[in-house]
Amino acid sequence: MRSPIALAIAGAMLVLPARAEGPALGRTATPDEIATWDTSIGPDGAGLPPGSGRAKQGAAVFAEKCAACHGESGSGKPNDRLVGGVGSLSGDAPVKTVGSFWPYATTLFDYVRRAMPITAAKSLSNDEVYAVCAFILERNGIVGESDVMDAKSLPQIKMPNRGGFTTFSRVK
Amino acid sequence: MQEYGSPFVGYGQPSKFEAKVARTFASAPGTNGTGAARTPLHLLDGTITPNGLHFERSHSGIPDIDPDRHRLLIHGLVKRPLVFGLQALDRYPMESRIAFLECGGNSGTLYQKDPAQLNAQALHGLVSCAEWTGIRLTTLLDEAGIDPKGQWLLAEGADAAGMSRSVPIAKAMDDGMIALYQNGERLRPSNGYPVRLLLPGWEGNMQVKWLRRIKITEGPTMTKDETSKYTISLPGDKALQFVFPIEGNSIITGPSPGLTLREPGFYEISGLAWSGYGRITRVDVSADGGKSWATAALQEPVLPKALTRFRIPWRWQGGPAILQSRATDDSGYVQPTRAELIAERGTARTIYHFNGIASWAVAENGEIRHVYA
Repeated sequence: MRSPIALAIAGAMLVLPARAEGPALGRTATPDEIATWDTSIGPDGAGLPPGSGRAKQGAAVFAEKCAACHGESGSGKPNDRLVGGVGSLSGDAPVKTVGSFWPYATTLFDYVRRAMPITAAKSLSNDEVYAVCAFILERNGIVGESDVMDAKSLPQIKMPNRGGFTTFSRVK
Repeated sequence: MQEYGSPFVGYGQPSKFEAKVARTFASAPGTNGTGAARTPLHLLDGTITPNGLHFERSHSGIPDIDPDRHRLLIHGLVKRPLVFGLQALDRYPMESRIAFLECGGNSGTLYQKDPAQLNAQALHGLVSCAEWTGIRLTTLLDEAGIDPKGQWLLAEGADAAGMSRSVPIAKAMDDGMIALYQNGERLRPSNGYPVRLLLPGWEGNMQVKWLRRIKITEGPTMTKDETSKYTISLPGDKALQFVFPIEGNSIITGPSPGLTLREPGFYEISGLAWSGYGRITRVDVSADGGKSWATAALQEPVLPKALTRFRIPWRWQGGPAILQSRATDDSGYVQPTRAELIAERGTARTIYHFNGIASWAVAENGEIRHVYA
């Protein structure tokens, strides 16, 4: 006579799902949920929120919340330098800043909004993030003092080093 | 021993005599926990890194995540956007694999003009190896149903930095894993508790810890860490981007700086080899700076994309020697010399993906120094 345990196993065997079928234990995400979580910004600007800012407002935010780590006007020290270095990439000591190295301005918005300031990430308003981006880009001579950064203008900026990257491939 | 021993404890710790076997770490100015903690490779043997000594690299400290509140969202170019809690993930079929994890910036100091006088931990300690257990990424992606236009995914962490990287779908489908366990126990917070992405053989930065979101996209998102960082500046004005695989590498962990040879005689030269392309097939060792080589024994099991221990007996005669190791993998890739790598990438232009042959010089007094040879 079969033991109860063997019977239980045999019973379980009967309900094994077909191989191709997953356990399907995920819950369908609602559009609202996705909108709350999906803060990443593509290089085409997809995902940029409403809001806007200019370099002048950005200068004030930067001085208060960024300069302690990135230096006055993004000159660097103790942490990453953000301004200058254009023309240095082929020299002996490449200076990689937002202006000289970063290929997309959208990355700046994405990163500042998600990760900065380092001890208070995600604390800046969208207007403040646009303004800080405007300030850093203005200090790099990429946009003018009165240029408005927003969801439309930011992705249109052609960064100086846009063409500076080659995709790695093992085949030499 | 006649003295009665100590009582049981709930979670065991190493002997008090092993206190020096610890990670060393540095944090960015003005922060705690933003930076890297390094594995003491020169004080360990075998191939599996104990969980408390696994290297860590964090960009905004280590988040304290309640697993009951953590969610993983899969969305973007999918038929059905899905949310998973830990209770759901725990019910999925699991699999285990042993894989090394290496920071893209490991050994970056060796790009510098002069050899830094540091030990194996400080120079190379951003590589570790563990048995990871979790869910095949394809299982979850298939349930969400990827649109054929979706060729990349964005993986995002729940840390304050919202660490994010783009990964080609092909890699996710090949051997990507949603890892929940590390060496048999739940992931350590510093290694992504409760959920991390595992991409065996690829640079550690992509294997996003505290994974909260996977977004299927047409192209790469061009995040900060795949543009301004983790790119390799070449001589001239171009930089290599999307340098994903860790190429064949090896280091001698003993003898190594700090482990002074006390007298001439027998020593085992032992070290670690690894490659993101597959299995290590051969490690050659030199004691004369690369003039002559002998093939080391590889400790079984030799697993693909896992640390592989090599060993070779050596009799030190008491004279100067320069110890080197050179790995070959089953794709035919041979670890380059430092000079070959520098010829390709220049001096101090980047810190990423250094895998040139490292050299330890043994002096007549038995002291060991890091040199370029």
